[in-house]
Amino acid sequence: MVAFIIRRFIQSLFVMFVVALVSFAMFQFIGDPVNQMVGIETSLAERAALRERLGLNDPIVVQFWHFILNAVSGDFGISYQHKRPVADMLLERLPATLELSAVSALFSLLVGIPMGVYTGLNRDGFLAKIFLTISLIGISLPTFLIGILLIFVFSVTLANAPPISVFGLFAIDPSVLQLPSFGRGTVVEIGGWRTGLLTADGLKALIMPSITLGLFQLTLIMRLVRSEMLEVLRTDYIKFARARGLANRAINFGHALKNTLVPVITITGLQVGSIIAFAIITETVFQWPGMGQMFLQAVQNVDIPIMAAYLMLIAFFFVIINLIVDMLYYVVDPRLRVDTGKAAGHG
Amino acid sequence: MRKTLMAAAAVAVLAGAFSAPAAEAKTFRWAFQGDAQSLDPYSLNETFTLGLLGNVYEGLIRRDENLKIEPALAESWEIVEPTRWRFHLRKGVKFQNGNAFNADDVLFSADRVRADGSDLKTRLAGVTEIVKVDDYTVDFVTEAPNPILNAEWATWYIMDKEWSEANGATAPTDVTKGKENYATRNTNGTGPFMVVSRETDVKTVLKPYDGWWDNANKKHNLTEVVFTPIGSDATRVAALLSGEIDMMYPVPVQDMNRLEKDPNTDVLAGPELRTIFLGMDQEYDELLYSNVKGKNPFKDIRVREAFYRAVDVEAIKKKIMRGLSTPSALMISPFLFSRSDEFKRPDYDPEKSKKLLADAGYPNGFEVGMDCPNNRYVNDEKICQAVVAMLAKVGVKVDLLAQPKAQYFAKILRPKRDTSFYLLGWTPGSFDSWNVLYNIIATPADDGRGKFNVGGYSNAKVDELTAKILSETDAKKRDQMIFDAYTQLNDDWGYIPLHQQGLAWGKRSNVSLAQRADNQFMLYYVKVN
Repeated sequence: MVAFIIRRFIQSLFVMFVVALVSFAMFQFIGDPVNQMVGIETSLAERAALRERLGLNDPIVVQFWHFILNAVSGDFGISYQHKRPVADMLLERLPATLELSAVSALFSLLVGIPMGVYTGLNRDGFLAKIFLTISLIGISLPTFLIGILLIFVFSVTLANAPPISVFGLFAIDPSVLQLPSFGRGTVVEIGGWRTGLLTADGLKALIMPSITLGLFQLTLIMRLVRSEMLEVLRTDYIKFARARGLANRAINFGHALKNTLVPVITITGLQVGSIIAFAIITETVFQWPGMGQMFLQAVQNVDIPIMAAYLMLIAFFFVIINLIVDMLYYVVDPRLRVDTGKAAGHG
Repeated sequence: MRKTLMAAAAVAVLAGAFSAPAAEAKTFRWAFQGDAQSLDPYSLNETFTLGLLGNVYEGLIRRDENLKIEPALAESWEIVEPTRWRFHLRKGVKFQNGNAFNADDVLFSADRVRADGSDLKTRLAGVTEIVKVDDYTVDFVTEAPNPILNAEWATWYIMDKEWSEANGATAPTDVTKGKENYATRNTNGTGPFMVVSRETDVKTVLKPYDGWWDNANKKHNLTEVVFTPIGSDATRVAALLSGEIDMMYPVPVQDMNRLEKDPNTDVLAGPELRTIFLGMDQEYDELLYSNVKGKNPFKDIRVREAFYRAVDVEAIKKKIMRGLSTPSALMISPFLFSRSDEFKRPDYDPEKSKKLLADAGYPNGFEVGMDCPNNRYVNDEKICQAVVAMLAKVGVKVDLLAQPKAQYFAKILRPKRDTSFYLLGWTPGSFDSWNVLYNIIATPADDGRGKFNVGGYSNAKVDELTAKILSETDAKKRDQMIFDAYTQLNDDWGYIPLHQQGLAWGKRSNVSLAQRADNQFMLYYVKVN
């Protein structure tokens, strides 16, 4: 086990090194940072001098070497645009992204699994068909569009809707259900971690972004659970359980669902990395102050220090998550303990 | 029935839990598509950054709603000799930390704005010496007479010497040194608002400064200002429609109608100072990205006129800008040159264009590459696509390359200058023609002249006039020279000016404010009713 972890760790370092190398090679094609850093009146000589001082005239290998040397000591440099240390900026943005990702992962699990179970048990039910149709939307509509549609309905339409009268008894003003279209709401800082989970408007601000971000995972999990359920329900031990006269509930949840969860856990684990990485789009639509949004702005402004650090961090997340998933396999699947060579192949 | 009531009650409870806290009186929330890059007033010469900081810091002069120069930290000034300007500073002004403002702060700010890492060095270009006459009088000595010395000083903000020294912020942040500067996130100006809190790219909160010297004449009625950058166009529009913000800009052209129709929102539209134009390479001996080999068709004046006459600016205004543009005959906003109404844009005439091309030896046109930004100006890429289609009608086949500004500027600007036909926009920072002539019309030279004259248009007469305009102090003579220079440029068909792009700001109906043509948004004009 220890040897396995050490081996994986060395592989992870190699992966991160490659990510850094590839991203550095790409930075050559995204434009000139100097023109984004100065105003239009700055002279050509000053631009050239700045380029030289930033080391942008050095060969790519030298630039890469400097970056690796600094990164090893935790120094990712100063943002070209914001003139602040990149490590600080990423750490400031990290809580927003992690909270959003965690809530959407939770949302997709808590909604996706019951929907999957239901559609698996009632294959031809009317509601099951509706669920499947909705899931098609979740898979086929682009995230950007889903976000904009939610904003249109829950921020704009509700804000301007007239009060609804309930049986002439009293009126409900729909605007009280209005959700914020941008930002994180009020945040509370606890030990350097800015959380939006402790205030009412912080929670409110989370609703639409996490639905937007989690919808795709929700459909994935729902469909996975559904097909696994259909498969498991056909197996002999379920038939045997029925023959024993066990209650339906005990069979469905105690035996069938339990056995479907192994692949669900694997997929969810792997998807967590994607959620964090693909939060970029959701964060942009909702002006969510996370790392993804900062990365996108950095791309537009050719802010190389931010881009490099962000890509390294995301690579780090993927590597860690994969490592954990691999270790889970190791724990769950007794066969791997004999054939360790196969475990490494899963990465 | 009971069930419905319970459901209704549940909704009501839910509603209570979800309703936002009642809005504070006179809190003003607004959004822009990006954030100021830094709070250091010398770190970037860019409209939005300087505009936001203009609420906190002040210069010796300031611009009013119509961009007229008016006294700010200097009460008055006079030209003692042609090369010596004397500024009389306002007495009794206090910085927001309570420090007094005096001549030492001006001298300090002059040093800081010219230090390494400053992007506003041009504010004091040509100033050789700054003399403290007494605590409230400062002389600026220039190497040559300069009639517009203070034209750009509305955005040269004065910083507090003591505060900067105490906090180690005596020079602007230099990214190459790898250290953050205190002034990047903290401010201490003399202006009407002070920064209460700031999270870069997330939220900046300001409140009025009670000790502002001009509080007696203040026009705003705000008690708190919350600024949020919202990058996505659709979200920014939605936030205004839903009332989460009171004002935002820019309004995407396609959403103007919607905001105008909504009874709660208005659009303020007006011409901006920026001129959008097309440039043609007249410098290379062989045109790049073309099927014409061994020569450069743009060196032929007839080809340039043919291109000019093939572009239908009215169609661009109507179809692409949806009315939000003012076709232009000049390379400067008519707002900034007193005699601009004497210029008329030559007519759109595709037939004449075809004939000119045939006369020049291209009866079947030719092929040329075109460079265009796609995220810099209003509808920039669409304008280029329209130009491509219009030129196709006269037989010129244009191969368009539209890229994000980061790649675009790196490709077309000197020293690379890898282009033959391009679209660019220009706003003279000094609000004066000399800036336009010097930067984009005069013949490129090593001293920085013609730095943005990417196509390399060159006429010795224009160069001579440009040099004279710089030091001519007689306004009438000066205007005549400017007039002559623009006339010469137009006679040479040196550039194809397209239009002044429009400004569009969106606001809630209960907000009143002043829209300045330089696209700077000043909070002290804002009233929330």
